Amino acid sequence: MSERAYTVIGTRPIRHDGADKVTGRAQFGADLRLPGMVYGAVLRSPYAHARIRRIDVSRAASYPGVLAVVTAADLPEGPDRLLELVEGTLPLSYARANVLARGKVLYKGHAVAAVAALNRHLAEEAAALIEVEYEPLPPVLDVLEAMREDAPLVHEDLRMKEFGEPTGKPSNIGEHFRYELGDIEQGFAEAEVIVEREFRTVMVHQGYIEPQNATALWNQDGRLYVWTSTQGAFSAREAIAWILELPVSQVCVTPMEVGGAFGGKIRVYLEPVAALLSRKCGRPVKITMPRRDVFEATGPTPGTFIRVKMGARRDGRITAAQVWMAYETGAFPSGQCGFGATCMLAPYDIANLRIDGYDVVVNKPSTAPYRAPGATQAAFAAESVVDELAERLGMDPIEFRLRNAAREGTRRADGLKYQRIGCVEVLEAIKNHPHYKAPLGGPHRGRGVALGYWFNIGWYSSCTIAVNPDGTVNLVEGSVDLSGTRTTIAMQVAEALGLRVDQVHPRVADTDSIGPTAVTGGSRTTYATGWAAWEAAQDVIRQMKARAALLWEVRPEEVSFERGVFRAGDRSLSFAELAERLEETGGPIVGRGTVNPGSAGGSFAGAIVDVEVDPETGQVSVLRFTSVQDAGTAIHPGAVEGQMQGGSAQGIGWALGEEYYWSPEGAMLNSSLLDYREPTALDVPPIETVIVEVPEPNHPYGVRGVGEANIVPPPAAIANAIYRAVGVRLRQLPMKPSAVMEALWAKGD
Amino acid sequence: MRGEKVRVQTTINGQAVEFLCEPRQSLLECLRDIVGLTGAKEGCNDGNCGACAVILDGRLVNSCLMLGVEAQGCQITTIEGLARGTELDPIQRAFLEQGAVQCGFCTPGLILATKVLLERVPEPDESQIRRWLANHLCRCTGYDKIVRAVKQAAAQLRGVRA
Amino acid sequence: MKWFDYAAPRSLAEAVNLLAGNPRARPFAGGTDLLVQMRAGLREADLLVDLKHIPELNELACDSAGNLRLGAAVPCCRIYENQEVRRRWPVLAEVAEMIGGIPIQSRASLGGNLCNAAPSADSVPVMIVLGAVCRLVGPGGERKVPAEEFCTGPGQTVLRPGELLVGFDIPAPEPRSGACYLRFTPRKEMDIAVAGAAAAVALEDGLIRRASIALAAVAPTPLAVPEAGRFLAGKPPSPENIRTAAEMARAAARPITDMRGTAEHRRHLVGVLTRRALEAAVRRAAEVNS
Repeated sequence: MSERAYTVIGTRPIRHDGADKVTGRAQFGADLRLPGMVYGAVLRSPYAHARIRRIDVSRAASYPGVLAVVTAADLPEGPDRLLELVEGTLPLSYARANVLARGKVLYKGHAVAAVAALNRHLAEEAAALIEVEYEPLPPVLDVLEAMREDAPLVHEDLRMKEFGEPTGKPSNIGEHFRYELGDIEQGFAEAEVIVEREFRTVMVHQGYIEPQNATALWNQDGRLYVWTSTQGAFSAREAIAWILELPVSQVCVTPMEVGGAFGGKIRVYLEPVAALLSRKCGRPVKITMPRRDVFEATGPTPGTFIRVKMGARRDGRITAAQVWMAYETGAFPSGQCGFGATCMLAPYDIANLRIDGYDVVVNKPSTAPYRAPGATQAAFAAESVVDELAERLGMDPIEFRLRNAAREGTRRADGLKYQRIGCVEVLEAIKNHPHYKAPLGGPHRGRGVALGYWFNIGWYSSCTIAVNPDGTVNLVEGSVDLSGTRTTIAMQVAEALGLRVDQVHPRVADTDSIGPTAVTGGSRTTYATGWAAWEAAQDVIRQMKARAALLWEVRPEEVSFERGVFRAGDRSLSFAELAERLEETGGPIVGRGTVNPGSAGGSFAGAIVDVEVDPETGQVSVLRFTSVQDAGTAIHPGAVEGQMQGGSAQGIGWALGEEYYWSPEGAMLNSSLLDYREPTALDVPPIETVIVEVPEPNHPYGVRGVGEANIVPPPAAIANAIYRAVGVRLRQLPMKPSAVMEALWAKGD
Repeated sequence: MRGEKVRVQTTINGQAVEFLCEPRQSLLECLRDIVGLTGAKEGCNDGNCGACAVILDGRLVNSCLMLGVEAQGCQITTIEGLARGTELDPIQRAFLEQGAVQCGFCTPGLILATKVLLERVPEPDESQIRRWLANHLCRCTGYDKIVRAVKQAAAQLRGVRA
Repeated sequence: MKWFDYAAPRSLAEAVNLLAGNPRARPFAGGTDLLVQMRAGLREADLLVDLKHIPELNELACDSAGNLRLGAAVPCCRIYENQEVRRRWPVLAEVAEMIGGIPIQSRASLGGNLCNAAPSADSVPVMIVLGAVCRLVGPGGERKVPAEEFCTGPGQTVLRPGELLVGFDIPAPEPRSGACYLRFTPRKEMDIAVAGAAAAVALEDGLIRRASIALAAVAPTPLAVPEAGRFLAGKPPSPENIRTAAEMARAAARPITDMRGTAEHRRHLVGVLTRRALEAAVRRAAEVNS
């Protein structure tokens, strides 16, 4: 537990936006109404891979009620640059081509044209009148097939990079990287037990309930205003500006409330299209994505092929690990394989390892981050092998992990040396939890465990704090609030200033109103923006100390500030009392803070799962689930629990039922929430949570971001539990009932 | 009449509301785009997420699967109709106090579903609650705190009635 | 969706008139299938005829002989809230509780479930094993069709132009009878059945006097398995006999592989579900006092 005693941190206040959320007042992107607004609809490719021979928009353009039609021809051209994404960089030409296809369509659902009309129905009818002549090409749909020398090329101009250097080789492999520590030949030679297994996972979607949406107004003053459901107003601004060849300052992005994102709402899809339509018709244009398009045309997460080989001595020490992993990046290169490689063995101190990773393009939607991007697939493989290795050694799965646990000073696969981390603490919490030892009676029941890790990112955030005469403060920040960060950040300000939470008024601002702030993602928000807010609070304190010094005629260094009270000698003023006197001592005070931490302390997570398998049908029921995670310091324990439970439920869905089910031609057949099966309230049990607190060494309050690591353990934990329930190890996701049955039949019971 | 909009008379949140709509416009569209009540959300437009749920003549319905014209003569309650002035309904308060709201997109549908459930079953157990809410997808919370909120609201409403 | 007009007739005659007079008119009740299909471009109409205001289609009552008259437009929630139905045809209430989820059940009807004629329709195997007869009305007058003959292919029925389904006649339950419908879905609710099996049995002196089995989602239409019923007639409800009947159901199934399941898994499930449904039906029959 944290050593310091906090007043606000660790409490569970109701969020500042709570009343709006439960009364329907909160404004999500599709709720926006602007005078003169019209509606857009997007026409999308029916083919997974085809050349566009001809587009004829004339019938759509002349349809009654239609105000504008656009295609890729309406997008500007410009010098190619590298657009920053969370998961790497993407050539601007690719980002542009994803928004509206130029020359070729690269996945079924790829946007080809768009229409603006007086209402949505008219826009859809008109879009259907756009005639597109395609020349179908053979689609590349499997990651291993795509890597073959004779595979059709998705991009004629893509050249493979290897070990960070361009090779000039045309390929569907965007990048081949390698992480290497020690000497794996030596390591495997020392091993007395070796397990080598292959795993497959299928593309899945973040599954947020709110579809993408964007409203754009290309205003008469030449500025482009965009309201959108996004995780990052500033990253969206940059992407929109670059794609449209506008100066960044000419674009103002207002982030609306977001109905779930999980990494899938960082990229821009509709914004540039709505902007082009608005420019053509001179009116605000709103586009909302139908659910089918959300599945087919946004950024799901890669399907993968992963081979893991691990060796250990009989005393339980892992001596070597080798991984060969290939991730689909969808239609454009930029990938998450590296993240998977960084995280999959993170819980272990392994001296000898080699990971070869490949990011491979295929004719599927361009992949985007999904909560700990790349890590869940990799951990499914690694944690299953660890489980099997422990079993072969006759060791308890947690004892085996403790024997090899990463600690401060351990080297991660990519070479980084850990600072203080909570891996051992998470393992101990699992080991000591009643769930781990509870008897599990009944046939076909089993318990499994697994670990997960996400490194968390730092990046830049900016905040300002204005002091009100009544002693409350206005906090302005640029981090889009996905699930309550405006409150967790406000709590850090309240703690720093000795205020109550309700005395801090947080506001998430548009890109004109606050300094640049990186995306809400990477588990950075409570960490980095909280840190920036803390810096702004320190700035406020400094300035207010100077005012108190003026009033008391002492030097500012003689003024102290503790728990909301300024003191010098035997004189004191509370924050509110001093705030009342700001005007007479020089005027209003605004504090500011900007941070850009290079890295952040990562978060370890673990899961204990009990399952029951019906051996006659293959159905797997999750009976009991405990999520453990290192939060560093839990600012709002309820919010931390919520993250753990949400990520766990997503992990359960990923493990047992979610998948992109493909036709042979590369079309997703189950692009609805009926057949893309996200867990309902009946499909998950109550999710117990254990928050471990190993403070992050650099953050003022020891915060570790918690948004992501919790999704990583469930698939492996469930696979390990199924094994103990019915004796089969499943190595493909999802572990759906037919797959369980096939495994049971193969086992031949 | 052929090719013409239809006049629909309803009662929404206790008030008489009349609107003109095309027959092809769903009740969800009419509520959001014509009447201006945007609390009901579109998540899928095919009845599989529950974000559009409203109460119609005492029953929970997916407003995306109804036509606006079908609402003629009906009594509708949307999320906007729950709070009394500045006072939140106990269900709304329970959702906030239990931390059952993360992004908030599924929240209006869930709160209305809870209202109908508790009118029928004042003391639901865990499995009844989960079954009742099964049509309402939540991607953020994992449902745990939502179930707690329903239980808290149930206890509170029973206390009020007692 | 493309533009369509809307009519809400108050009488059966008016409804038939509207449907007969316009080949591009479609009837609907709950609309929970139709609207989805129209939005996906799978079905079209110039005129939607709302059947919910027609008294005959909203009927839910027993006649003097104890048979159930169930109007085609009665929503599922009315069916499972009806105490008489719960008591005397519990399988009907149960299947009405399976379809879709609570908000769907406020609107969706069993008549709609039948007329939509999906191979996976849950209520049709139940109607079949209960011996339900469908009452149709059209420009040519009235006619009756047994439930197992109603669906002729995926999305296709025996309805002639201008005809509509008015309701079901469900016979009073025989003494010592019981029925059960089980389906397999990957999630606990909300899903379309991967496979389903309905079984109804009537016992007499410890033997199965009559049995009826029908399957969902494993053929182009809901599938009656009369040979399994014939096999069981006159035999004791032993595990071996039940297993044999389940095998016959398995053999009769003609499942395909699609996004909801593999043919192999479906075929296997038919055997499991039929066995379990028969066991439950027998248990129910043994518990019932006539």
